[in-house]
Amino acid sequence: MKLTHQDFNGVRVACVEENRIDAACAIQFKDEMRAISDTGPERIVLDLGRVEFLDSSGLGAVVAALKAVRNGQSLELAALHPTVKRVFHLTRMDTVFTIHDSVVIALEGIADAS
Amino acid sequence: MRHELCTAETFAPLIPHKARDYHVRIVLPATETAVRRGLASLKQSLAPFQYSRDELGALEIVLAETLNNIVEHAYANGPAGNIEICLNHASDGLWCTVIDDGAMMPDGEVPLGRRAKLNCEVKDLPEGGFGWFLIRELAHDLVYERREDRNYLCFRIAIGELHEPRRDQ
Repeated sequence: MKLTHQDFNGVRVACVEENRIDAACAIQFKDEMRAISDTGPERIVLDLGRVEFLDSSGLGAVVAALKAVRNGQSLELAALHPTVKRVFHLTRMDTVFTIHDSVVIALEGIADAS
Repeated sequence: MRHELCTAETFAPLIPHKARDYHVRIVLPATETAVRRGLASLKQSLAPFQYSRDELGALEIVLAETLNNIVEHAYANGPAGNIEICLNHASDGLWCTVIDDGAMMPDGEVPLGRRAKLNCEVKDLPEGGFGWFLIRELAHDLVYERREDRNYLCFRIAIGELHEPRRDQ
């Protein structure tokens, strides 16, 4: 499980460099996300553009990452593949997370708001 | 560890006839990494049926949850055994049978898999318990049978060009 991150004007974009978040890597994902949010700014955007598949363990790990953010810090999701989107939709987790169509849109969002 | 090839005779009697034949069959060790490889190999083997990416996505969700449950629960207290998966392409979808030699399902029944409650504080959000819910949302005709220390789980995924029986009118 490899995650990279890049900071843009108060937003940290964390990118999952793997094509799946599943039972085999969920715990590792959770730990790496924790490190990224602990040292990150107020807003974290998780770029899932490379993730073609996520199972319930992966979903649980993304929820755990949301629960691990600091008070006042946010975790948003971007660029979900159809199967990943389907898991979020079926479980209604898409009502819990702010989900952007792409990282660019997620970053523009803050520009519009300011 | 018995892992003879499944035939109509060795299948448990509750398993529907359509699920007894198969086009694709694999046996894999019950580990998370083997499940990952197995799913990739099953998808490759199904290429001749030309399922769409979304259809394969639905299948992968259901199979991944089923197989992970076996790894995490059925073989939780004992040596990890094998999992056998048989897939049969039929006119009403893809019939899947998953067989393992692990522990019986709780109370001998398939869990209900209720939708998790999300109207709570973020700190109280569930991090698990989505698996059976997803299986029940995406799979049809779910049958579970425990027979001679083996678990048989069978279901149909309504994918492919479905041929509905013709109705008058």
